[in-house]
Amino acid sequence: MSLVITGARPYGEGEPVDVLVRDGVVAEIGSGLSADETLDADGLVLLPGFVDLHTHLREPGGEESETIATGSAAAALGGFTAVFAMPNTAPVVDTDVVALHVRRRGAEVGLVDVHPVGAVTVGLRGERMAELGTMARSPAQVRMFSDDGRCVHDPLIMRRALEYATALDVVIAQHAEDHRLTGGAQAHEGEVASRLGLAGWPATAEETIVARDCALAREAGARLHVCHVSSAHTIAVLRAAKAAGVRVSAEVTPHHLLLTDARLSGYDPVNKVNPPLRTGADTEAMRAALAEGVLDVVATDHAPHAAQYKDTEWDAARPGMLGLQTALSVVAHTMVEPGLLDWRGVARVLSERPAEIGGLPDQGRPIAVGEPATFALVDPDGVWTVRGAQLASRAANTPFEGMRLPATVVATMWGGRVTAREGKVVG
Amino acid sequence: MRHLLSVTDLDAAAATALLDTADRLRQALLGREVRKLPTLRGRTVITMFYENSTRTRVSFEVAGKWMSADTVNVSASGSSVAKGESLRDTALTLSAMGADCVIVRHPASGAAHRLAAWVDKDRETTGTPTVIVNAGDGTHEHPTQALLDAATLRDRLGGIAGKRIGIVGDVLHSRVARSNVFLLATLGAEVVLVAPPTLLPVGVAQWPCRVSPELDAELPALDAVMMLRVQAERMHGAFFPSSREYAIGYGLSEDRAALLPEHAVVLHPGPMVRGMEIAPAVADAPNAAVLQQVRTGVHVRMAVLYHLLAGAPE
Amino acid sequence: MAQDRPGAAAARELLSASDVARTIARIAHQIIEKTAGTENVVLVGIPTRGAMLARRLGAAVAEFSGTAFPVGIVDPTLYRDDLRHHPARPLSSTDLPDGGLDDALVVLIDDVLMSGRTVRAALDALADHGRPRAVQLAVLVDRGHRELPIRADYVGKNVPTARDEQVKVLLEEIDGVDAVRLERA
Repeated sequence: MSLVITGARPYGEGEPVDVLVRDGVVAEIGSGLSADETLDADGLVLLPGFVDLHTHLREPGGEESETIATGSAAAALGGFTAVFAMPNTAPVVDTDVVALHVRRRGAEVGLVDVHPVGAVTVGLRGERMAELGTMARSPAQVRMFSDDGRCVHDPLIMRRALEYATALDVVIAQHAEDHRLTGGAQAHEGEVASRLGLAGWPATAEETIVARDCALAREAGARLHVCHVSSAHTIAVLRAAKAAGVRVSAEVTPHHLLLTDARLSGYDPVNKVNPPLRTGADTEAMRAALAEGVLDVVATDHAPHAAQYKDTEWDAARPGMLGLQTALSVVAHTMVEPGLLDWRGVARVLSERPAEIGGLPDQGRPIAVGEPATFALVDPDGVWTVRGAQLASRAANTPFEGMRLPATVVATMWGGRVTAREGKVVG
Repeated sequence: MRHLLSVTDLDAAAATALLDTADRLRQALLGREVRKLPTLRGRTVITMFYENSTRTRVSFEVAGKWMSADTVNVSASGSSVAKGESLRDTALTLSAMGADCVIVRHPASGAAHRLAAWVDKDRETTGTPTVIVNAGDGTHEHPTQALLDAATLRDRLGGIAGKRIGIVGDVLHSRVARSNVFLLATLGAEVVLVAPPTLLPVGVAQWPCRVSPELDAELPALDAVMMLRVQAERMHGAFFPSSREYAIGYGLSEDRAALLPEHAVVLHPGPMVRGMEIAPAVADAPNAAVLQQVRTGVHVRMAVLYHLLAGAPE
Repeated sequence: MAQDRPGAAAARELLSASDVARTIARIAHQIIEKTAGTENVVLVGIPTRGAMLARRLGAAVAEFSGTAFPVGIVDPTLYRDDLRHHPARPLSSTDLPDGGLDDALVVLIDDVLMSGRTVRAALDALADHGRPRAVQLAVLVDRGHRELPIRADYVGKNVPTARDEQVKVLLEEIDGVDAVRLERA
């Protein structure tokens, strides 16, 4: 079975070309090519399939909000061909057994390459290292470990995990939040929260942990990844650490590129997230740092929550926002439209760098003959209105509800197989 | 104005109208045989208090009854709430029962805003208008307290514009402080906050008031000083070292009260911790307006109910 | 005079300033006559212009008879039957004499009498303040179209009107001039 994508523009550059796909790889790139099936790209932008280093699929244990099946559908529709599923499920992914379940279930659904992230500590309790080695060597092939949702707070545990990880060539991803500074926190500690009477989450709680962990990673010679950077002050720490040769990478979420705490005035918990939305100065700093490369990737931190967890007073609501289906559009709106990134840059932050950090050899590859046919086909001029009820996720907690956003994913292909097309999941 | 959620929803004209109405209601009730006005007859007002409070709840209940409304009190414990019913479901149930007004006090900031959003949305389908009055949401606001404080000050000082009002104590955790700062600023007063730095919110520099660490330096120039309650639990959050040190630095002792100008008024939203933020003799002195605050509170709450419920529904 | 505001509807003057003064004096004499020998007479005006008239009448009565009746104000707003038809109305003052109303002869005073509903509301307000021995009604203008069984004891001028016309009473203390005008809607 062969398929030809006709009239596509790889990375949005140059004249349209035809891309012939056979047996899951790119067989030929040229013009006037034909195959058993045709996918007419008509001048659309062809990018390598997106890789999300930070997704919550909620299964096992949280299926009222999302399942591996519904989350995979959302991912495919969003142009993603691989996702890293965070371990804060019930049970926690802190053994090879649970990790394998997630990997196998993802393969069974078959819409996106689901990679389980393993917990750093048993039960995410921060007391004892989990079996990182067993998880890494298992068929689940865990390549990233995180206690996301919680911070690995004890510096000794973090140090040991970083050291231990060097033998496994895996990366430790830190949710940087000093919980001693964020006790009871509900919103970014600043002018808005003080007016609204919401307990503050100071930027220092993120920045101090990142600074500490960069120093620990430097000592251990280990790879460190920083989840969901939200504060401009953290950028300065990262820039200095990278300049000093620390092997640290960092991600930013789409919502931290666009949304600020000004949105909190109606107390709608759809805007409640951890780390919180901060100020306009912070979102500007995130955009600049992403363009510069100090922030390496965009990762969604897709966090579905069923209605009963969000339709409450602010304090009682769970933090988190959907992100898989809106990621590309928000990146297009915040980075491409103002000219901070071109489509090659988008490929870098949404596909190539995440694949590299996550250690996926068949993702984030160049669009070239012999490479896996793993793509996202994007209409750069498309526009759509976000409606939570119409998204594929089980939950509907998108902060972009009602927004008109640019750029749509027209088709997604994983290893030569079309997984999503024209807004519908395939197969 | 459909609901009363925050003093920042009131401009100077609207706030003044409420104070004027409160005053007229006070006048209308003077020297009467029958201390009842028929204006809200047939309206159902429900107080829904998720936090213990006798003073505010009774004040609202009396206000409603003096306007001839039917008032019903719901408290969180021993009700469906204790069985796990969500705030939203409780509110919509009360609205469905025909409540014209729900007066809510809740420990979460923004609870009244959420309630208003839910009943407004519900109104689109059912058509029954329910008005929400915020009786205190978390550490955010307590609008009727600020209104009654302003009414008391207006009466004692002959006006509010241009007056210098000091607010002293745990501003960080105080909804009374927030409501007062913004309402008094709207009405043209100059407000100064005095508190240890740990009890001032980050971002207070953007508020329409001054901030000062030195109580003694501020007192001689004030027309009124409002003392906030300080909770002993705050010591565990390391906000200040001890009650003793707090009282020495920020308590209104007799010596300190003597620094105030003769005409100055002392206010306290209550309940007071005598000996902590205010000396007993100061609390009982003639220039302490605490009881007047309580009396005025009923008239102010009557005025709020009048403005929200007597006229045509918005 | 007839058109002192740009775009005003055509207005006809019913009473000039001197007419108003004469009418008030006449009502004052009538009150003195009708209440002769009665103790505890109180004049109570309905805000805004009724209250002003009550003051003027009180002064006139004192001038002509040498007796000063206490003058008060009663705001009927809270007792109106049409509150739900408009946004919440601002309240006016209520200020009744220290002696109270028990056993008093109250002369209720308003500027214009039409449906009678305002007077009905004022009567209910008075009833909650005490139990007058009797209540009489004095109005500057009676323009007809009663909707309740209410009649005035003292009338300055009877003016037949169409429903959609407006009777405007102007008093110098408030409007800068004394006059009564009839305006088309």
